[in-house]
Amino acid sequence: MSYEGSTTWRKHDGRARALRYLAIVVAIAITALSWRALDIQYTFVVDAPRNLGDLLLRMYPPNLAYGAEILPPLVETINIAILGTGLAILISLPIAYIGAENTTPNAVTYALGKFLIVGTRSVNVIIWALFFVVIFGTGALSGVLAVAFRSIGFVSKLIAEGIEEIDAGQVEAIRAMGGSPLDVVVYGIVPQIKPAFVGVATYRWDINVREATVIGFVGAGGIGVYLDTAINFFQWSNVLTILIAILGIVIVSEVVSAYLRKKVS
Amino acid sequence: MLTITDLEKVYPTGDKALQGVSMEVDGNEVVSIIGPSGAGKSTLIKCVNRLTEPTSGSIVLDGEELTTLSKKELRKTRRDMGMIFQEFNLIERLTVMENVLSGRLGYMGSWDAFRRNFDDEDVQNAYEILDRVGVGGMENKRVDELSGGQRQRVGIARAILQRPKILLVDEPTSALDPETSFEVMEMLTEIAREEDIPVLINIHEVELALDYTDRIVGLTDGEVVFNGTPAELDENARDTIYRSGKSREETGTESQPQSQNESASSGISDASKEKSF
Amino acid sequence: MGSADPERSGGYPSSWERPTVFYSKNIKYLVYGAIGLFVLWSAWELRPSPARLIGGADAATSLLATMFPPDFTPEARGRIWTGMVESIAMSIVATAIGVVISIPIAVMAAENLVPRPVYYVGRALVSISRSLHELVLAIVAVVAVGLGPLAGVIALVIATPGFFAKLLAEELEDIDEGQADAIRALGGSPVQVLLYGVAPQVIPRMIGLIIYRWDINIRASTIVGIVGAGGIGVTLLNSFDRYEYDFSLAIILAIIAVVMFGEILSAVARRRVQ
Repeated sequence: MSYEGSTTWRKHDGRARALRYLAIVVAIAITALSWRALDIQYTFVVDAPRNLGDLLLRMYPPNLAYGAEILPPLVETINIAILGTGLAILISLPIAYIGAENTTPNAVTYALGKFLIVGTRSVNVIIWALFFVVIFGTGALSGVLAVAFRSIGFVSKLIAEGIEEIDAGQVEAIRAMGGSPLDVVVYGIVPQIKPAFVGVATYRWDINVREATVIGFVGAGGIGVYLDTAINFFQWSNVLTILIAILGIVIVSEVVSAYLRKKVS
Repeated sequence: MLTITDLEKVYPTGDKALQGVSMEVDGNEVVSIIGPSGAGKSTLIKCVNRLTEPTSGSIVLDGEELTTLSKKELRKTRRDMGMIFQEFNLIERLTVMENVLSGRLGYMGSWDAFRRNFDDEDVQNAYEILDRVGVGGMENKRVDELSGGQRQRVGIARAILQRPKILLVDEPTSALDPETSFEVMEMLTEIAREEDIPVLINIHEVELALDYTDRIVGLTDGEVVFNGTPAELDENARDTIYRSGKSREETGTESQPQSQNESASSGISDASKEKSF
Repeated sequence: MGSADPERSGGYPSSWERPTVFYSKNIKYLVYGAIGLFVLWSAWELRPSPARLIGGADAATSLLATMFPPDFTPEARGRIWTGMVESIAMSIVATAIGVVISIPIAVMAAENLVPRPVYYVGRALVSISRSLHELVLAIVAVVAVGLGPLAGVIALVIATPGFFAKLLAEELEDIDEGQADAIRALGGSPVQVLLYGVAPQVIPRMIGLIIYRWDINIRASTIVGIVGAGGIGVTLLNSFDRYEYDFSLAIILAIIAVVMFGEILSAVARRRVQ
């Protein structure tokens, strides 16, 4: 570029700058259109912060005595997460096996594996819960199944990636020494996929604790049932107690899961 | 004593990796196989313990025909053949000690193997051999913390702890720097002599073959074109081994680490094995 | 090997124990045992009666029978369209507002840009936002502002900093300090430092994050309706309440299609930006 002809300095050349402005204008227009589509009354928006504030004021202080009462559903929430994750892992192992390029028997099974992984992941836990409540009725069983089905895609995908990264040389070495097929698994394969496995299991469990807090809204067990009830009966201080408790178990499980993952790296 | 007669290997792709190879390893001889890449060196070594299945021919170790062994018998016989690999093939995430002791897996029950319940004598020997290969005191380190040279020393320790009747060594130094290569070769051949174990070693660097081995077998296009002492390997012989190798298209057979696994439980299908060639 | 020769192998220990991440083998077994017991106990708490499982099998069969074929009649398509448009509009509005709120929180949560106390407040806001599921936020928002998409938008807006501010803060912490220092050295105010020393470094990544968060908000916007916070979720819950499972299946298929489309769109857009 010659600087003789230009008297002003430009950050970008004209076309890129025009495109950039166009993109911003389009984004703003789409947002504005979306807002119109929602057809929300302006007064409601203005009142919203005050309403939220009012609600919080009505909630405060939390009902500490209620804390003891919600201990069982809190434990149930964690149990749903644990069992749901465990079940998901059991179901995921064969799916991961057919969904990993180096272990899948043929192209059809590979496609099936990929389909199951994508399919289960695209359906939210609450939708799975709706189904299982129809099938098995309300309660934690439906919750466990919902959490498990929701997790299959995530868990199989990551385990499949772990299997795909196996170094065949380590497996070969154990066979070359006359190791039995079981030795091959215990020494050649397990150490290699262990970090991925533990990582996936604890990470997913952590996510599932969060998921298990909401499936109660449709009757699938856990603390969500109590939150729903407390709201329906306008027991605001109980609602705040539950929200704080949820915050607590989610943060604790996050810390635990991060600690476990670090230990097994 | 290892006797190989008329060994052939044809890959499903039609590549003839070995075309009637015959050779011997006798007493406590250190025999090296040299040749251009793609000549079939790795295939030959791996045919001996049948990590690669030979197409035809015979391999006899101390009077036992290896090519016809059943899966179970093969497992038993593999205990007598220590193998040292190009890429070390150690269990990276286990400790040095577990890796060395895994050399005894063929003699252990699976439950003991799972619990790492090793024989007292094996443990004692493992400590000793670690000292001898120069990684004493590192038994509790994980292999992925070691340098390349240290890894190959652990690999040697593992193979020696098998108390094998023969050592099969596949390009032991090609992942190492030149200085470490000499150290490792020196130590490997020295221990083999002390333990009275014959060695069949496939090697890329002719210098190492000349310095450390008793006999050299030259392999070109899957055929033995030279078989003699290092002193007999003159310019002429080198030309035969390496020049004619150039005319043939490289198949890449040698350079790829083989990713195969026959047993279903190990989780890797036969399909992928054939794909890699 | 001269294994039996005491002179050579003498002095070497004959036992070896694998080092564990736990302090000793016993603690290791204790921990494993405790975990095992806990899982067994969880399962026991939940034990379904055989009658329930058998009943479940029946219910599942009849559910599947009513679900197929999915209801894609013009009337159903119309209802799905209306709900879906509302969901997508919610996701766009919530992303826009959520990002605006998240940017100051991200600055607060960037260790290198603010004093310690502010940093802790920023991290706490991120943590709270991250810990509460969109549906928990939605159910509370419905109580506060009533049924409808406004509650959904509020829920998604509150959920946004947990992801967006967290990742943006990480980007901010990774910036080249030299450029910020240069502006400081010129006597720039803190706001000027942010605008000229920091913003140019993170804007491309930030646009990627906005698109990514929008993708996540689409997913969430399709379900917040289940607690009454607007969008296609309301339609879905109604179909379940009325036992119109063939319509439910149609809605779910539509949701999957939209979620996947959003995912692909977001992946393509992010690749183009970065």
